Amino acid sequence: MPSLTDRPLPELLRPALRWETGLAVVVILILVIGSAASPDFLTGNNLFNLGLSNGEVAIMTLPMALIIISGEIDLSMASILGMASALLGVLWNKHWPMPAIFVVIALVGLAAGAVNGLLVTRLRLPSLAVTIGTLALYRGIATILLGPNTVSNFPTAYTNLGVNAVPFTANDMTYSTLIFIVLAIIFGVVLHATPFGRSIYAMGASAEAAQFSGIRVKRIKTILFMVSGFICSLAGVLWTFRLDTSVQNNGLGLELNVVAIVLLAGVSIFGGKGSIIGVVLAVLAFAGIQNALLLTNFNQEATGIVTGALLLASVFLPNAGRWVRSLSRT
Amino acid sequence: MRAVLSPRRQQRPDESGGRTGSAALAERVFRIRESGILVVLVVFVAITAAVQPRFLSATNIQFVLVDTTVFALLALGETMVVISRNVDLSVGSVLGLSAYLSTSLFGPHPGIPIVVVFLAGLGIGLACGVANGIMVAAGRVPSLVVTLATLYIIRGIDILIVGGKEVVAQSLPSAFLEIPKATVFGIPDLAIAIAVVVGIGAYYLRTFRSGRDLYAIGSNPAAARLAGLPVGRRVFTAFAISGAIAGVAGVLWGAQYGTINSTAGTGYELQVVSAVVVGGVAIFGGSGSVVGAALGALLLSTISSALYVLGISPFWDQAIWGFLLLLAIALDQTITERLTSALRKRRTRHA
Amino acid sequence: MAKRRATWLALALPVAATVALAACSSSSSSSSSSSAATSAATGSSSSAAASGGLKTGLKVFVIPKQLGNNYFTTADSANSGGAISALNTLGESGTETSGTAATPASQIPAIQAAISKGANALIVSATDPTALCPTLTSAMKRGITVVTYDSDAPTCRSMFINQASTAQIGTSEVDVLAKQLNDTGQIAIVSAAASATNQNAWIGYMKQQLKKYPKMSLAAVVYGNDDPTASTQVTQGLLQQYPNLKGIISPTTVGIAAAAAVLDTAKYRGKIALTGLGTPDEMKKFVSDGTVKEFELWKPQDLGYLAGYAAVELASGKITGAQGQSFTAGKLGSFTVGADNTVLLGPPFVFNSGNINQFNF
Repeated sequence: MPSLTDRPLPELLRPALRWETGLAVVVILILVIGSAASPDFLTGNNLFNLGLSNGEVAIMTLPMALIIISGEIDLSMASILGMASALLGVLWNKHWPMPAIFVVIALVGLAAGAVNGLLVTRLRLPSLAVTIGTLALYRGIATILLGPNTVSNFPTAYTNLGVNAVPFTANDMTYSTLIFIVLAIIFGVVLHATPFGRSIYAMGASAEAAQFSGIRVKRIKTILFMVSGFICSLAGVLWTFRLDTSVQNNGLGLELNVVAIVLLAGVSIFGGKGSIIGVVLAVLAFAGIQNALLLTNFNQEATGIVTGALLLASVFLPNAGRWVRSLSRT
Repeated sequence: MRAVLSPRRQQRPDESGGRTGSAALAERVFRIRESGILVVLVVFVAITAAVQPRFLSATNIQFVLVDTTVFALLALGETMVVISRNVDLSVGSVLGLSAYLSTSLFGPHPGIPIVVVFLAGLGIGLACGVANGIMVAAGRVPSLVVTLATLYIIRGIDILIVGGKEVVAQSLPSAFLEIPKATVFGIPDLAIAIAVVVGIGAYYLRTFRSGRDLYAIGSNPAAARLAGLPVGRRVFTAFAISGAIAGVAGVLWGAQYGTINSTAGTGYELQVVSAVVVGGVAIFGGSGSVVGAALGALLLSTISSALYVLGISPFWDQAIWGFLLLLAIALDQTITERLTSALRKRRTRHA
Repeated sequence: MAKRRATWLALALPVAATVALAACSSSSSSSSSSSAATSAATGSSSSAAASGGLKTGLKVFVIPKQLGNNYFTTADSANSGGAISALNTLGESGTETSGTAATPASQIPAIQAAISKGANALIVSATDPTALCPTLTSAMKRGITVVTYDSDAPTCRSMFINQASTAQIGTSEVDVLAKQLNDTGQIAIVSAAASATNQNAWIGYMKQQLKKYPKMSLAAVVYGNDDPTASTQVTQGLLQQYPNLKGIISPTTVGIAAAAAVLDTAKYRGKIALTGLGTPDEMKKFVSDGTVKEFELWKPQDLGYLAGYAAVELASGKITGAQGQSFTAGKLGSFTVGADNTVLLGPPFVFNSGNINQFNF
């Protein structure tokens, strides 16, 4: 794998910063084009809907970004969401009090993440393969828990979380958006301004070098997976309340969307590179495009094509300059 | 250290192939891995047959073998890519596009030879594979990102072209629909054909320079480049082959199911990667065999069938599948580590 | 340091722009959405004189479970005489929209976009009986007419247009199969997703109807999840597990097509009877070679057409969807609302070799 260990960290950030600026331009472009193409695009109501539809995915991109920066990947995220949703339904059906259910779900999310983390760090299994396995395993557990049943009689006090806006925000901000913003700030600070965050970059660049410089790679990776599990459980709860439905296939297939957004953010799949700012911008870009396409009656089938094209751009554009230079050299 | 320093050593580096000690040991162990999967398969079948003898009925064996065909093919192509330390996530979308476009030829051209339809599928798949290959090889960008993008793009193109239409069995010639059903001495023709193709693939990877190079590239791309291997060309070829195979698999998919719309092949990529991993191909490249991958696909298919035949509540399916996948990965890793340390010990012993 | 400040600016700019524009427009959005509603109302009431008091110029969105599904394309489009054809006849503007994955997560953004675009009425085939409710309920609160068709969301719509009575679908499926089996034999059911409401409802009635045939028994219900591979494998599993199986009912078009492909060999053709709900185009080959003798469905385009009329009647205030009310649906004639605000299209239609070639969907 191409090694980035020879470059000191600040230099590492420079190409990343350039991608973020480009992404910011893309987001502004989307805002402009979207609002020109459809008068409904920039309405508060539409932004609210955007927040609703994308809130959980947005929240999940944050731990995914950290995991990919650390050199791993977690494809089981949507399944942990599904498992949390199934637990919520099953326990609620058994008349457990909601606070107790929340505790159980949080613990299960942490445990699911811990399993991922241990398999990757203790058994030294490749995370791509492991999380494909746990993707099936956790979704399977969700299926076993719920079977063919659907639970949907959640109390309105909670389902309103998925429908009402946060007070004092002029009816525009969903709770999931608020949670996303808070989490983004927390993750951003941790990643960019703490030794913990710097060690994540280091181990993504080279796990061995990081290990030798005293960074506890295994422990940190396990923590990252556990955080991911916890966040996905949270997303599962939000998802279930928003749809007022706990059913086995909640969140099916979301993991690829989350990975796509994180890659779009300029986070390198090889690890060691990326930023939370990029992730936030990528979330805005991704959601904005999908929404603009919907509102303008542009062929909805094309959303996939646009997403794919953006992904390609995210890897080619940063390389383009380097490539042109290398061509001129040969 | 002495091994590195002594110039008189006959031992050539493993990657340029030569049947010297370590390479031979590695090959022997690969074969052991393949037989390991075979053993697991046999044990699994035995246990299931003990509980439900009809699992081993001729019809069921035919069912399982035919059901495995498409995945075995996809696994074959995926293996070549994974060995070179890449991944092709677009195979499901390529299959879907090829399945519709090729089978839709029958409707307006009823007399069209079936071979032409297969060639059309191959062509469509090849075009997609070439696109992937160019981007990964020439662009030197991570294949996971590229093929994730083409997964979206090709599926989007498929949906745009197909819309709400579908190809129905009525428009397909009986000879075409008979392909998955034809048997010789009770063994499906398709299974024999796939076995032959897998054999060719295995032979190619083991014998031809271009095949063995893939292993080298997967083990250490930088070293391979420095050693003068045409890395770009090899990786491009691997993706082109993977795409072409997915295209042919799409045509076979159409023959098997008879009804083809824009959802064909959705979600197959993760299953194919699972089959390949279970089959002993290291996800980081450099080792594994197509025979193993095909056996991996067969094993997963058998497990699926067994669960249905045993009447295990369908709600347990996915959990069992996931657990077995993890088990396979863990086992494989243990074997790899034992092999690596054995190889290292051998080398130092010879020094 | 300057670089980092630059990036913070880069981030702040789009976010600030978004918030600012939203704030500016939210103060006007509440007025614009209400003005949209009033303009829609005035727009349509100004031309209310048309066709027997029905409003024209309404913005109606038809939202099937997913796009790219042949059954829904037939039900919705103008060419086939479906929902949009009815809407066009009535002088409304009809648009089909949805996601591509047949899940609530895929369908909800389309519903929300329709609301944003000023929909007056929504015609929805629900991907889930309850997951759409928060969205649909808020639509109804804003005065948007919500009608479901094909697949219901019972607690959050004004009317449900059902293809046929749930009981009738269940019982007639069993009757059709019993006729082919001379009332004797073991049968199985190949269903779709284990959580699909309509499937489970029909299966419930099938089990009840089976009691009328003491010499027939139900071996198993298996789930193919509307996926061809899974449906094929569960069917094959049935054949191995129950060697005495005489018949299969698959009340889902994907399931019956997959099962037919499995049974379409000399070994099973004619020995195991297959019936269920299928589309004529998909079944033509299997009917002509004897794998399937009879199967049922209804005309999806009629279902959509009826739903179109029902939605406009509701949106025009001519009916409220209460039981006992009746209305005319163009060329389909007159319909009366039954229990649970449900309108039935009619009895399921039985397809066989005698009539199948008259149909092209």
